[in-house]
Parts: sequence; structure tokens; C-alpha cells
Amino acid sequence: MKRSEIDISEKQPASEVVLRLRGITKVFGSLLANDDITLELKSGEVLALLGENGAGKTTLMNILFGHYVADSGSIEVFGQSIQQGSPHAAIELGIGMVHQHFTLADNLSVLDNVMLGTEPLWSLSSNRRSGRLKLEELGERFGLQVNPNACVAELSIGERQRVEILKALYRNAQILILDEPTAVLTPQETETFFETLKKLVSGGLSLIFISHKMQEVLAISDRVAVLRDGRLVSELKTLGASETELAQAMVGRNIELPERKALIAGESVLKLKSVTVKAEEGRPALSSVSLDICVREIVGIAGVSGNGQTTVADLISGLVEPQSGTVELHGEVVNNFTPRNMLHKKVGRIPEDRHSQGVIGDMTLAENSISECYQQPQFSSYGWQNQLNRQRFAENVVSKFDVRGYSANSPVRLLSGGNMQKLILGRVLSGNPQLILANQPGRGLDVGAVAYVHEQLLAARENGAAILLISEDLEELLQIADRIAVIHRGRLSESFPRESISIAELGLLMTGQQKTPTTNNQSTEANAS
Amino acid sequence: METSFAWLEIFLNASFWVAAVRIATPLIFGTLGEVICERAGVLNLGIEGIMTIGAMVGWMAVYQGAGLWSGVLLAAVCGGVFGLLHAMLTVPLGLSQHVTGIGITLLATSLSSYVYRLILPEVSSPPRIQAFEPLEIPGLSSIPIIGEALFKQTPLTYFAFISVVVVAYVLYRTPVGLAVQMVGENPAAAEAQGLNVTIIRTGAVVCGSAFMAVGGAFLTMSAFNAFFFNMINGRGWICIALVVFASWRPGKALLGALLFAAFDAYQMRLQQLVGAEIPYQIFLMMPYVLSILALIVMSRRVGYPQALMIPYRKGER
Repeated sequence: MKRSEIDISEKQPASEVVLRLRGITKVFGSLLANDDITLELKSGEVLALLGENGAGKTTLMNILFGHYVADSGSIEVFGQSIQQGSPHAAIELGIGMVHQHFTLADNLSVLDNVMLGTEPLWSLSSNRRSGRLKLEELGERFGLQVNPNACVAELSIGERQRVEILKALYRNAQILILDEPTAVLTPQETETFFETLKKLVSGGLSLIFISHKMQEVLAISDRVAVLRDGRLVSELKTLGASETELAQAMVGRNIELPERKALIAGESVLKLKSVTVKAEEGRPALSSVSLDICVREIVGIAGVSGNGQTTVADLISGLVEPQSGTVELHGEVVNNFTPRNMLHKKVGRIPEDRHSQGVIGDMTLAENSISECYQQPQFSSYGWQNQLNRQRFAENVVSKFDVRGYSANSPVRLLSGGNMQKLILGRVLSGNPQLILANQPGRGLDVGAVAYVHEQLLAARENGAAILLISEDLEELLQIADRIAVIHRGRLSESFPRESISIAELGLLMTGQQKTPTTNNQSTEANAS
Repeated sequence: METSFAWLEIFLNASFWVAAVRIATPLIFGTLGEVICERAGVLNLGIEGIMTIGAMVGWMAVYQGAGLWSGVLLAAVCGGVFGLLHAMLTVPLGLSQHVTGIGITLLATSLSSYVYRLILPEVSSPPRIQAFEPLEIPGLSSIPIIGEALFKQTPLTYFAFISVVVVAYVLYRTPVGLAVQMVGENPAAAEAQGLNVTIIRTGAVVCGSAFMAVGGAFLTMSAFNAFFFNMINGRGWICIALVVFASWRPGKALLGALLFAAFDAYQMRLQQLVGAEIPYQIFLMMPYVLSILALIVMSRRVGYPQALMIPYRKGER
């Protein structure tokens, strides 16, 4: 990604300060979320707030927008001190916020969502015609077209984000806070989104862009403020900043990329032969998917989310049955598609959504650690649980996989994302699986935790496991996968060895275009179907 | 031959339709009140008790010499107070809405009986009051069957029909209605737009509870003209089911209430027709069985308010 052409700070040398945070401190229980943060935003500027998950970026912005009240510190907007703890006051002073988890009501229309709170609550009617006109005019001006009468539930993620931005613009926001806006977008949508941001800045807005992705920060911002453990550790101009410099500031130490040894793949572990799965509610279809994964091999599936990755994962987890085609594990055809049978056949699963599918938040680390093997005689006999063995097992997982922060008897929901993922990894790998399904294993994790997950997957590969890695992060795939296939509208391309394909080529395949024939001719029949 | 069509002739009898609309009235108020609460994201199982309070207060006020409409107003205010109690416990404190609601019902029901006994310690049979008289709308009431059913009712029934229109208008056409819908769909979104979720939810529960109480007051002030123990007799719970049947829409709530009331009026007439050959309990059961069947058919694709029964605490992580 190249740097944004817009650099307001050079065009307007003496730009005024529109927002000033002074000494913001916020404590949650024993966690110091924000520690004496002082920050300024200048007019027409894009300020990036960079930091790992849990560094305090969102907390800081939630204080600014009035969701939280800071324990100490003050906020000035356009020279005026703001009353904290009231989103209403923030909106009045021209602050708008696009939340990471959209704050939209799915069952209401776009116009309803935008107009909410803009009219006096007790007026006897709602002037929807002028609201619609204003919305359309804003959409026109900033390239944010969206049908005002559409129900939010019908909109794509990208469109919902447009509605969120329109909500702020409708209320004449001068300062827009964008909390991890690209986390939910595809690479293509991100490009369009950046175009929108440029239009916003040229339309006179000042932006705060929260992210943990360094490339994006370098591409779009004028200035970067780096947060770490609730502290502002660095503030610098984007121009001239390097990715390594930012990464250092963000993590506070050097991250070593895991080493990837060249290995020779063995016999086939998982073989899908023209598997077709019908589309169901919330689950896209698969049409004639063929795939082969061998011992000591990581095969990656790339693609824009919603193209059938979840169906592949559900199939291998035993949650869905194929309508036609066969699934073979270790040369045997699988007939019984249940999660238990798949576990029995030594399939380890790292699910996409840790919170809803990976762990049971209110149960303890120990209980979660044996949730896939609680029936084994060491953990239960004659209907009685063996709590001692469970405890030992859990403590072993906790220490071996470096799960930090809480004891084996604490509820899992208290863990951070990275530690939760380590626990799941520990649970899966302790079962010595022969096939590991890793669905978006690095999603939402910080740089250090991602490196740890990759290291563990590579170690499992060395120990002879076959690994299916589903990811939307192309760099992740190119870093650790041996072969990469691309899924688009339920069809899986042939798989390409990592050396023979580039990010650009993968990107094209993800949009459904065919790769131009190259010298490598690995199983082209998969593509022909 | 004569009896074989008698079960159909019931429908041609104007008194059947009049009864259906009369029976529907408290259900319309109750369902409307529950729709308002649930649209704002708060399940109000206090409805049964709040209707009892309304029935007792309205009737007692009139018995003590107040005017009929003052009685209705007083019933609504008392209902609102219990709604406020429910809202205080479930909205800012975020307690379980089920448990709180059932608690409110038990409290309000017992309190009604207690206050009744406190004021009238020595009466053996509840005294009757001079209740609302049917108000004939000239012209319209002479339309055969329908005219009598719709335009020869007591004022509270007309008020129920008007309330449906008003609530539907407020809910779908005014800013405050949009705010109520939003706090029931996604309170975080409402807050991000600068609204106070606690106040809106509380207001909706108070307002909805006032409607419920008026539904209860109808029973003592327009139907039975006296207050008995257990007189609500599960009508509140029927309203809870009718809300689901109506997919949280005021118009469909009216339809559902009328339909249920029609079943009820019909079974009473059928009982008389069949006599003792079939135990009368079977007939009593009929409207409930039919409403369960209707629920099964109608509720397959209902859209719950997304935040129904989910407490919202500001600034929580």
C-alpha cells in the first residue's frame, strides 16, 4: 500500500488544534487502561492511534466520546472543555465515532438508524423527507451511497460501515473517531474505505484512526501516536517512519518470526474428492471441492470471508454432511459426520470464533482444557469426575503453553484473546491430532501472540501433523503454509506452492479471476470442475 | 337436522360479536402495554399483578366516590408506579427480568387483596359500583351485527381501539417511538446517538404498565362491576403470548386479542348448546389450545426485539 497523497499538514502549516486530551487516566479494577495520556489533534489531520490489543486505544476513545468517564484528566474540543460521560455532549461538540462493533439496529432501516436522536424526542412527527434528502446529499458528496430505506440486516459489512460514518456526518461531526475500521473489511473494501477517508479530510474533517495494522497506519495517517500498556510511548510524523520502528514502539521488544524448516510431506491425511455441500442459512455452499493434505504439511485456504471457508471448516469439524463427493481421513471414507467422530479420528480444531465456539466463558480453564476429552478414563470413571487429574492436566497445559494471567480455576472469559487462543492450542495439541484445522488462528491477536501460534503450528507440522490453515491474512498464509488454495463462491482453486505465487496473484484469485497458466501443473483437475 | 347447524348459527348472533369485542378489551390494553415494554427491551411479567392492581384501584376509587374517569386515571397511575418499580430493578440495576416480573405479580396481586380487606374489612360479598354504561354511536350502531359489536360498547372499549392507533403512530412515526424501538434493538446504538437508555426504557415500562392497569380496570368498571380475588385469571399471561403472536406490532396485537376473545365467546355459547354431554372443561380449554396452535403457526418467523431481556449497563466492559 502506498502512502496517502493527502498531507494536509504540509499544505496548511499553521493548523489549529481541534482536540486536546490532557492527562487522561482510567483504571478498571486492577488494570491501568490509560495512564496519563496527553494528545492533540490538529485540524484536517489524520492521527493514527496504534497499539496492540489491550493497549488502551479503545478505552481512550470511549472516554473521548463519553462512554466512560476518566478517573482524571480533561478534554478540550475546539477550545471548549467537554462534560465527560455523555455521548450527547460529545456529539453536540462535533465528535463522531464509528465503533468497532457497529452500533446499528439490524431490524430498522438505514434512515431510522441515522435519524435516531437527531430530532427533539417529544415532537409529534418525524420529518423523514428532509432527513432522507440530507442523507442522500451526504452520500453523494462523500461517495457513501446507501439506500435509506434498506433494512440494516440486508446490508453488507462495508455498507454498514458507510451507515456508521453517515450517522456521524448527519450530525455535522467535525472530528471523526474510527475504531479499527478495517478489521471487518476485505482488502478491496479497505481500498474504497481509504478513498472515503481522503474525501472526508478534504471535506474539512479531522480523523482519529485506531488500528493495530502498521501498513494501514503508514498508508493513511499524517501522524502516529503509539500506545502500549495504557501509556503513550511514542508520537511521530508518519512521513519517514518505518514499519520496524512502529512495531518496536508498539510491542516494546523484538518479535522473532518463527523459523520454518523445509520438510518433505508424507502420505495423505485428508482427502476431499469433489465435495458438494448445499447452502443453508448462514452457511454458504461448496461446489465440487477437492483438496489433499499430507503429513508434515500446512495447506492454506485464502479467500474473502463468506465464500465457503466456514463450510469447509464445518465439514472437517463434523458439523455438516456433504451432499455428494467423499471425505477421506487416513485413506478411510468418513460416513459419520459428527464432531465426536471427527475428534475420534484425531482431528484437532481451532475454531474461528474463540468466544462462541472455542471455549465456554463461564467455566474454568481446567474444565475448558478437557472439554474435548472429558470422557477419557483419566478424567472420568463410572460417572465420576477425576478432579485431581483434570487439575494436573490443566496446570500442565497452562504452563506448557504459557497461558498467563489466571489460575486453572478461573473462568475462561477473563483471559485476553491471546491467552484464550493459547489455551485452545494447548487443548488441541495435547490430544496429538493428526489433522489440525486452524480457522483464522491469528484473528484479533497481537503480534506476539500470532508469532506464538505460528510457532506452535510449525512445531506440530514438524511432529508429523497435517494442518489446514484457513485465513484471510495473505501474509500469514505465505509465511507458514506450504501450499495455498483460494476459495471463491464455494469453489476451491488448485493449490499453489508458496514459492510460486504472490500476494497480487492471490488477490486476483480471491476476486474470482483465474490465474494465468504457469509452468507448475499441479492437479489442474480441481480447477476444471 | 336442527341442531347440526346450530354451531354455525352462533356466528350470526350479534350478541356473540358484542361479547367477543367486550372480552377482547382488557386483552387489547394488556397486550398493548406489554408490546411497549418489550419493544424497549424489557419483558414485563408483572402484567398479571399490575392488571389486578388496576382492577382493584379503579373500582375502589369509584366505590369511595370518585368519578369513573378519575378511577381509570388512578388505576393507570398505580399501574405506572408498579411499572416504575419493575423498571428500577431491571433497567439501572439489571436484575433478571423474569424473576423481577414474577415478583411484581405476586406483590401486586397480594397487595390488591390486602388493601381491599384493609378498606372493607367486613363485607362478605364485594359491593357493586355504578359502572360505565354502553355508549351507542348513533347511526353506525345500527349496522347489522358489526354495528352492534363495534359501536355499542362502553367508553373504555372505544378507548382501547383509539389507543392501538395512537401507540402505533407513536411507535412508528415519532422520534420517541424510534428511540423506544432502538433501545429494544440495540441500546449501545441508542447511547452512541446521545440518548439515555435508562430513561427511555424506564419511561416505556411505566407507560406500558399504565395501559395494563387500565385493562384490569376495565374488568371491574365495565364488565363485572365489582372486584373479586383472582379475577384477572391468567389474562395477563395470555397477553404475553399475544405479544409474540402479534410479532410486537400494535395492529396485530388488536387482531390477536379479538381472535382469542372470539374463541372464548364461542366456547361459552357452544357449552350451552352441547349441554352436559361433553365436560365443560374441554370447552374452557379450547381458546388456550387454539392460541397455542396459532402461536406455533404464526411465530415461526417472528423477529424478537434483539435486545429483549438483555440488561444494558453503561460503560461496562
